[in-house]
Amino acid sequence: MAQAPELKLVPTPGQTIGPFYGYALPFAKDNELVNQAHPNSVRLHGVVYDGKGEAIPDALLEIWQADEAGNIVSEQGSLVRDGYTFTGWGRTAVDNVGHYTFTTVNPGATEEGKAPFIMLTVFARGLLNRLFTRIYLPEDTAALANDPLLASLTDAERKTLIATREADGSLRLDIHLQGKEETVFLSYPRES
Amino acid sequence: MSTNNKTLDPAATTASQEDISAEISSIHEVYRQQLLSGMKAETQPRVDFAPYRSSLLRHPTKNLHHADPETIELYSPAFGQRDVHALESDLTIQHNGEPIGERIVVSGRVLDGDGRPVAGQLVEVWQANAAGRYVHKRDQHPAPIDPNFTGVGRTITGANGEYSFTTIKPAPYPWKNHHNAWRPAHIHFSLFGTDFTQRMITQMYFPGDPLFALDPIYQSITDQDARDRLVATYDQSITSHEWATGYNWDIVLTGSNRTWMEEEEGEH
Repeated sequence: MAQAPELKLVPTPGQTIGPFYGYALPFAKDNELVNQAHPNSVRLHGVVYDGKGEAIPDALLEIWQADEAGNIVSEQGSLVRDGYTFTGWGRTAVDNVGHYTFTTVNPGATEEGKAPFIMLTVFARGLLNRLFTRIYLPEDTAALANDPLLASLTDAERKTLIATREADGSLRLDIHLQGKEETVFLSYPRES
Repeated sequence: MSTNNKTLDPAATTASQEDISAEISSIHEVYRQQLLSGMKAETQPRVDFAPYRSSLLRHPTKNLHHADPETIELYSPAFGQRDVHALESDLTIQHNGEPIGERIVVSGRVLDGDGRPVAGQLVEVWQANAAGRYVHKRDQHPAPIDPNFTGVGRTITGANGEYSFTTIKPAPYPWKNHHNAWRPAHIHFSLFGTDFTQRMITQMYFPGDPLFALDPIYQSITDQDARDRLVATYDQSITSHEWATGYNWDIVLTGSNRTWMEEEEGEH
């Protein structure tokens, strides 16, 4: 990839989401990208942990993904879920034991041979700036092997980004903000 | 020293403000030396900032891993009039009566790192009331809840990236980071860009707050110019006659990667 051009303006700093987002950011069906009754609905879930391996009860997660066919959609209506419109975006506050759940569909490959992934953003009390990562689907092993980001990681690091498929079809990925199993978090060009 | 027995918390750390301020000073001094030796200025908070005690176990210890953005990362969810009602940007009309406090208007623009307006995108805000109390069950600060003020607003930016909220000026409030810790008054802002990699949440502060120097969350940004970017400006042109004082605050997101990558592809 070519060198990204310099920014003209300096980005505004981020700050922690703090402890009191709970009455402001969550909304009805915020974590339901599709209805649970959707024939291809999939549960994406896991637990968010701190550096001591303790669950974090005050984190907020957002996902952003393509639809089943790999199309990136541009549909309004995320905040007023009608149960029919797939907007590709969802939000959820973790529960008292740090557990998150999204109801969604498996994203398709956006291009032939590409490994499908879901983009994840993490906010939490105590976390001074948001973190980005990817949640890869585990099935297409050839595509995973060819993925440029995964190829640049060690085996242990790679595992932190690839979800596990559970017996009931759910996708499971735990997030470790710190520690031995620390999730690989990402930076992108043009952040400063 | 006077103590409010209602807020005595066994979990509160025993660190004093002097301890916390000394830790902040020593981190900032190292940063100043690095700047003098030619290091690039920091623009974002440190995620590893021990004076903010809750950050200790909640920051990654490894460097962020560079990713070349692809596919979904080059786009952002679409929000619009379907998602947000026009009246949601006025936090003073959500109940039957007028909230108590100093009515203010906060307005500005959302821009990307190239200076382009971020049009038609979602902005969410939340804040404490004029007594420094949040409508949140975890906030047990013994200050009054205002039945006429929830402190939550949303809007969709205009064609030039402009936004405007009518609200009540929030007050400082105590927290449990250390003994006698108080947050400077702030409004939380949640922002989206044209690429999801521009997603951010931050806090807007008010000019001249005497708590700035004491606050480990604000001071987790080691660079003074960067810290200043979170402080709104009093603006007489936003102030309206016999109604509300006005503040201006522009927000700059990181750079879009879609735009320049598309332009480059077009050159092949």
